[in-house]
Amino acid sequence: MSVIPSRLELSGVEKSFGTKRVLSGVDISVAPGKSLVIIGGSGTGKSVTLKCALGLIKPDAGRILVDGRNIERLRGKDRDTTLARFGMLFQGAALFDSLTVWENVAFRLLNKNRMKRAAARDKAIATLAAVRLPADVGRLYPSELSGGMQKRVALARAIAADPDILFFDEPTTGLDPITADAINDLIIARTRALGATAVSITHDLASARKIADEVAMLHEGRIIWRGPPSALDQSGDPRVDQFVHGRADGPIQPAL
Amino acid sequence: MTHRNLALVVVQRIGAGALEAFEVSGRTALFAIDAFLSILRPPWHLAELGKQLIRIGYFSLPVVGLTAIFIGAALAINIYTGGARFNAEQFVPQIVVLGITRELGPVVAGLMVAGRVSAGIAAEIGTMRVTEQIDALRTLSANPMNYLIAPRVAATMIVLPLLTLIADVIGVAGGYAVGVTTLDFSGPVYLRNTSDFLEAGDVAIGLWKALVFGFIIAVMGAYHGFHSAGGARGVGRATTNAVVSAAVLILAANYMITTLVVK
Ligand SMILES: Nc1ncnc2c1ncn2[C@@H]1O[C@H](COP(=O)(O)OP(=O)(O)OP(=O)(O)O)[C@@H](O)[C@H]1O
Ligand SMILES: [Mg+2]
Repeated sequence: MSVIPSRLELSGVEKSFGTKRVLSGVDISVAPGKSLVIIGGSGTGKSVTLKCALGLIKPDAGRILVDGRNIERLRGKDRDTTLARFGMLFQGAALFDSLTVWENVAFRLLNKNRMKRAAARDKAIATLAAVRLPADVGRLYPSELSGGMQKRVALARAIAADPDILFFDEPTTGLDPITADAINDLIIARTRALGATAVSITHDLASARKIADEVAMLHEGRIIWRGPPSALDQSGDPRVDQFVHGRADGPIQPAL
Repeated sequence: MTHRNLALVVVQRIGAGALEAFEVSGRTALFAIDAFLSILRPPWHLAELGKQLIRIGYFSLPVVGLTAIFIGAALAINIYTGGARFNAEQFVPQIVVLGITRELGPVVAGLMVAGRVSAGIAAEIGTMRVTEQIDALRTLSANPMNYLIAPRVAATMIVLPLLTLIADVIGVAGGYAVGVTTLDFSGPVYLRNTSDFLEAGDVAIGLWKALVFGFIIAVMGAYHGFHSAGGARGVGRATTNAVVSAAVLILAANYMITTLVVK
């Protein structure tokens, strides 16, 4: 047990879909204000892990603790306030297609915080600017945007209400390298400057090295390695090595 | 021995089927109760309700009006030819207005709206499910029951009685049109017989039915959409199931309400 209590802790989380076992005992802990990056092959359960942490998928076993409190045991107001501390960027953006871009970004401000529309719109526009989208995008509908723009709107929606625990599922996938780096800087600003705690999933190792305080690799339903990004190249684990160097042959068989 | 095995297999199959049927209807019932409670419980999303009222109500008007006029006209002809066999053809206005207000108005409005609205709700909520928009709602502190389902259920329950009233008027007008043009009724007599015979209670029964049908329509759409899985195919399946189950339940509920009030 570390001296600093974890902001977020998953312990022994297991999940199967039918007979298919996806997670078989995932342990993760993130200290307040730290940024954890999860890497791992496609289909290994990274997204499922985040959804378990958010309570969107009920794990078959294991606990999810926020500041040491088991969120499954929380009820009513306690549960609402704890869940309101999370912000999530979905891998597929998951924007509300019946709402405009700015209404998407301001969704929680409008519906939960009951902010006035004008103020919420200003905040939404400012958040869009932080993900490098111009103000007039706010009037469009999600279906009128490119994939990379949708991703950035989803990112803006995740951070607009200033949650202090952030989940980013592939935040830079599908973005050009320059925008991707701007998103990296944004994530760093949110964690190092504003003190939020972040868990990101990425296949983009350059991004992982930049935004992570710690990297964890998920393989066969478990975290098989964790360490600082500087240790990625000398992990001593052939599976991490294979992943980092992107080789098709090695201990991990590519999914075909 | 093999006979016993066969019997065992058959019994097992029937048992499993029955269990599954119980499970599904149990889940549906729980969902329906939850949906009903959510319209009574704050927070209310009134802007959403307004949008749904217009989408569900206003855009259902043409289809309900058109079907009602044809049903009223056909009903009048049938009553006339049937009644003529025992010299009762003069009762066309009375029976048309009774049949329309108590049965056909709400049932026709219900079935037509089921086709449009159950399918629409199932497709919309189903798409939101498979594109993770429902998960996104949860992470943004909005309860999908309150935000998505309650406004649709409330809107359909408000709108269907109004559409039924309109169907009543247009259906009676359809009977009147046929009555005075092809069945040799005089206009004033037809109208007097209609209004003398009509009781507020007949209309009220139809409106109560419409309220129940409105609930069925929205809940079936929401239930099937909410539990859809597996991409576009899953959404397609949800849409079909929503319409079919809404139609069957409307007719069953209609029969039950009719038996209850006639006694
Ligand atoms: N709702 C679900 N029902 C059934 N199986 C699921 C469901 N969600 C995920 N899975 C399965 O769980 C496994 C892990 O999925 P997950 O989306 O977490 O992968 P991932 O690690 O995020 O992959 P990628 O990097 O490609 O996004 C997959 O094999 C997938 O088929
Ligand atoms: Mg994923």
